[in-house]
Amino acid sequence: MKARSVLLLGSLGAALIAFALASPGVIAADMVDPVADAKAFQNFFFQKFPNVKHEDFVNGPYSMNEDMKRQWQEKEEFPPYEFALEAGKEMFSTPFKNGKTYADCFPNGGIGIRQNYPYFDTGEGKVITLELALNRCREANGEAPYSYVKDEMASLTAYMAYTSRGKPMEIKIPDDPRALAAFENGKRYFYTRRGQMNFSCASCHVQSPGERIRAETLAPALGILNAMPIYRSEWSGMGTTSRRFVTCNSQTRAVPLEPQSDEYRDVEYFLSYVANGLPISGPGARP
Amino acid sequence: MKRSLSLAMLLALSLAPSARAANEADYKAAYAAAEAASKEAAGMRNQWTVTASALAAAKKAADGGDFDRAVAAAREAEALAKASIFQAVSEKEAWKAMEIR
Repeated sequence: MKARSVLLLGSLGAALIAFALASPGVIAADMVDPVADAKAFQNFFFQKFPNVKHEDFVNGPYSMNEDMKRQWQEKEEFPPYEFALEAGKEMFSTPFKNGKTYADCFPNGGIGIRQNYPYFDTGEGKVITLELALNRCREANGEAPYSYVKDEMASLTAYMAYTSRGKPMEIKIPDDPRALAAFENGKRYFYTRRGQMNFSCASCHVQSPGERIRAETLAPALGILNAMPIYRSEWSGMGTTSRRFVTCNSQTRAVPLEPQSDEYRDVEYFLSYVANGLPISGPGARP
Repeated sequence: MKRSLSLAMLLALSLAPSARAANEADYKAAYAAAEAASKEAAGMRNQWTVTASALAAAKKAADGGDFDRAVAAAREAEALAKASIFQAVSEKEAWKAMEIR
C-alpha cells in the first residue's frame, strides 16, 4: 500500500514537473513574434529555392523559371504598365479643385515612400494601406474616392511604386498590442483555408510556388506585394493589391470580402512585413 | 399471382408519397433553411460563391414554377453553406498546421 502511494505521488510529481517545463514552450509558440516569423518565412523560401537571388523573389513567377524570366526581360523593354504609369504621374501632379495635390497628403511629397506602406496607425488602431491613404487624401480634399480595384487607383499606386523602385520594404510594427494583433490576424488570414476549393493563400504561394495551376506559374509569397500594382494579361489591364486579393478569393470559390476590409488590410500588413528588406519592384507585369 | 399483384400494388402505393412532386411550401421551407445557413456562413466571413449560385438557381427555378428543381437547388445550397460553416469552425485552429515556423 505504502509503495503504491509513493509510486502514485512520484508519478504525480513527475507529471507536474513535465507540465511546468512544457508550458512555457506552449505559451511561447502562441506568442506573436513578427521578427521570428519574418526570419522563418524568408528562410523557408531561400532554402526552397537556393538558386534564386534573394532580391529576385519580388519578380514573382519570373523568378521561378529561366525561360519566363527571359520573356519578362524582353517585355520590360516596352512594359504593358507604361500607360498606367504615365497616367498616374499626371494624376499625381494635377491639383484637386481646392488647389492642393496628393503630395500635400504624404511624407516627402509622396515620392519614394511606397516601401513604408502599409503602416499601423496607433491613433486609429488600424492598418493603413497606400490605397486607403490615397482615397482618404482625395476625400479630405473634397474629391470622390476611387474604386480600389480599378484603373485610377492602379495608376496612382503605379507611379508611387515607381518612384520607390529598389528601396527595401520597410514595414514597422509599433510597440502596440493592437499592431501585433493586426499582424497575427493577417497571418491567420493568409494560412486559413477558404472557398469550396479549400485553399488558403499558402496552398498556392507557400506550398506550390513555381508549380503550374492551369496555365499560370504560381508566384512565391515572399515579396509578392513588392511588385504591386501589376498589369496582368489575364485581366487585360492593371490591378491593385485589393484586386489581387479579391480575385484570389474568387478563384478558390470564396465570396471575396470588401476591398480594404480589416482582413485584407491585415494580410497586406503581414505579407509586407515578412518581405522587409526585399526591394520594391512595382509596378509589375504578370501573365 | 393474385397475391403478388396486391403486394406490388401495396408497394407502389407506399412509395407514392415520397415520389410526389414538390410544391411551393416545400420550396419555401428548403430555401429558408438554406438562406439561414448561408447567413450564418456570412457572419463567419466565410461564404462560398457556389452557395450563392445554388440559392439563385433555386429562386430562378421556383419563379419558373419548377419546384422539384427549386427544392433540389435549395438543398444543395444548404449543404454547401453547412460545409463552409464546418470549414470556418475547423480552420479556427487548423490554420496553424500550415504556418511556416
